[in-house]
Amino acid sequence: MSGLRLEGVEKRFGAIVAVGDAHLHFPEGQFFCLLGPSGCGKTTLLRIVAGLIEPDAGRVLLDDGDITDVPAHRRNFGMVFQSLALFPHLTVGENIAYGLRIRKVERAARRKRCEELLELVRLPGVADRHVSQLSGGQRQRVAMARALALEPRLFLLDEPLSALDAKLREDMQVELRQLQQRIGVTTILVTHDQREAMTMSDRVVVMNEGRVAQVGPPLEIYRSPANTFVADFIGTSNLLPAVVAAAGRVTVAGEALAVAALPDGLGPGAEATISVRPESVHVLPDSAAGENRLPGRVTFVRDVGVSVETYLDCAGHEVISIASPKDRPDVRQGDRVLVELPAADIVVLSA
Amino acid sequence: MRAPRASRAARYAPAVYPTIMLGLFFVVPFAIMLAVSFAHRVPGGFYEPGFELANYARFVSSFFLGTLGFSLFVAGLTAVICILVGFPVTYFITRMPRRRQVVWMVFLLSVLSLSEVIIGFTWSILLSRTAGLSNLLVWLDLMDKPVSWAPGFAALMCGMCYLGFPYTVLVLFPALSRLDPELPEAARTLGASPLRTFFTVIMPIYRNAIVATVIMIFVFSLGVYLLPQVLGRPQHWTLSVLITDQAIFQSNLPFAAAMAVFLMMVSLALVGVTLLLGRAERRAA
Repeated sequence: MSGLRLEGVEKRFGAIVAVGDAHLHFPEGQFFCLLGPSGCGKTTLLRIVAGLIEPDAGRVLLDDGDITDVPAHRRNFGMVFQSLALFPHLTVGENIAYGLRIRKVERAARRKRCEELLELVRLPGVADRHVSQLSGGQRQRVAMARALALEPRLFLLDEPLSALDAKLREDMQVELRQLQQRIGVTTILVTHDQREAMTMSDRVVVMNEGRVAQVGPPLEIYRSPANTFVADFIGTSNLLPAVVAAAGRVTVAGEALAVAALPDGLGPGAEATISVRPESVHVLPDSAAGENRLPGRVTFVRDVGVSVETYLDCAGHEVISIASPKDRPDVRQGDRVLVELPAADIVVLSA
Repeated sequence: MRAPRASRAARYAPAVYPTIMLGLFFVVPFAIMLAVSFAHRVPGGFYEPGFELANYARFVSSFFLGTLGFSLFVAGLTAVICILVGFPVTYFITRMPRRRQVVWMVFLLSVLSLSEVIIGFTWSILLSRTAGLSNLLVWLDLMDKPVSWAPGFAALMCGMCYLGFPYTVLVLFPALSRLDPELPEAARTLGASPLRTFFTVIMPIYRNAIVATVIMIFVFSLGVYLLPQVLGRPQHWTLSVLITDQAIFQSNLPFAAAMAVFLMMVSLALVGVTLLLGRAERRAA
């Protein structure tokens, strides 16, 4: 099996389990994001892949070869660090050519490759400048060019965009994704920003407290989260306690709601949680009749122009509805309304 | 708008105290020493005011110039050995967990509390034939019979480096603790072994700190005057020993002052040249 595989990888720091029993497969040529809140073990996992941290248990395999004991400098994985870690005593060109010089590549060839890489990251003609003369975004590109100089088997990035301002970060996300598609290198990026993960990755690995919570394409993770953590962490989600009633139905706040599917192993009477995305929640007038509705009260309306967020109170639980301006519900704070949760958009999770 | 007179005076006020202190305890004594170096010596007595170059003329003999050269050599060698040993040691200390770092720092500070005299006599005992390290080697069957290693040049260098070492570590420590740990890691992912990382990334980043430390240990070592007498033979006596000898035992203050002024000028010139070379090289790089 080609690509990178982790088998039961585990790392503890004292009593804390940074990474616990991780089984993951990263097929060749894809873009992965390790996504999770800070302290979830995503950076530790990336550093284990890079060979900068030794796992306490488990194996790291590349194309079925065990590389667990191969030191970082023999792995040929390019890495972009959170601090970028550009060498302050070298020029931009010398930084990029550092790995080539270690491999004893000739001066002329180094120079040529350096120009190619600067071209690739859209930053031509800065090879002779000092790192301190570059802006944040330019340093970012230099760090990427340096990591790609040796045509690495894996391209690893540890929250490389977190230091940039919001606008530049969004541009770089698109650019990084396009760069990866051009050169086709298997890429693993660590981030705590779910929007970043959604923008760039083929597959997202959501992590929580050292464990892999869910692996899948971004939309699949968004639409069918595997558990309440993923539902809550990826985007905003309305999470409501529920009890399984009969086949295809759950009871929420005393009302029976139809759902599209129930997870395996949840029989009638079992406690569950339902997750509904705010954009699926519709606010209707008090009098409207129909299925899958909960009575509620409007507590706050946030109209920011591009969208309207309606905050609702349904039997003590907060529910948020987001609508586009043309679907703006005609309600005011304090109004009694009906909140529609369409059966197809309800995801039932075991509590 | 121009600041009123009173506030302009207030702006210079913080500089007044250091200026007075420097003037009182550095410029004035140095001026006195400079004046004494040109004074006329009264044999058997002290000295009387005058202006003669006899003291400097006497210094320009093969004996004293040879001693000057040897002093510079000892100080330079001490500085180089201290940095060669001290830089990697400091680097490893800064990579340790906090608690172990504190233990090392306490140990090095306690070495600083030892005076030159104690250090000198301790090394002379450690290297002696009767009670020294060679007895241990004999006991371990590594040597046939105990030998004496002190006094001698090697013994002198041991003492000098021991004296300079804690200063080396203490000066480098703050700079090295600020090293971004991701820099050596970046070098590792680019294919550099830990050893190559050390020589191609860590050492070059700290070039300025290394030069500054070498100069400091060099100047510090020039002033050491007890160790050469305790651990060296007479031919290993440095200029500082001769200055002390002239000033205290020969009562020839003018000559001692002339030698001190000369030593200071030469070391200042060497430090200046080092800094200029460093700057020129950086411009060329």
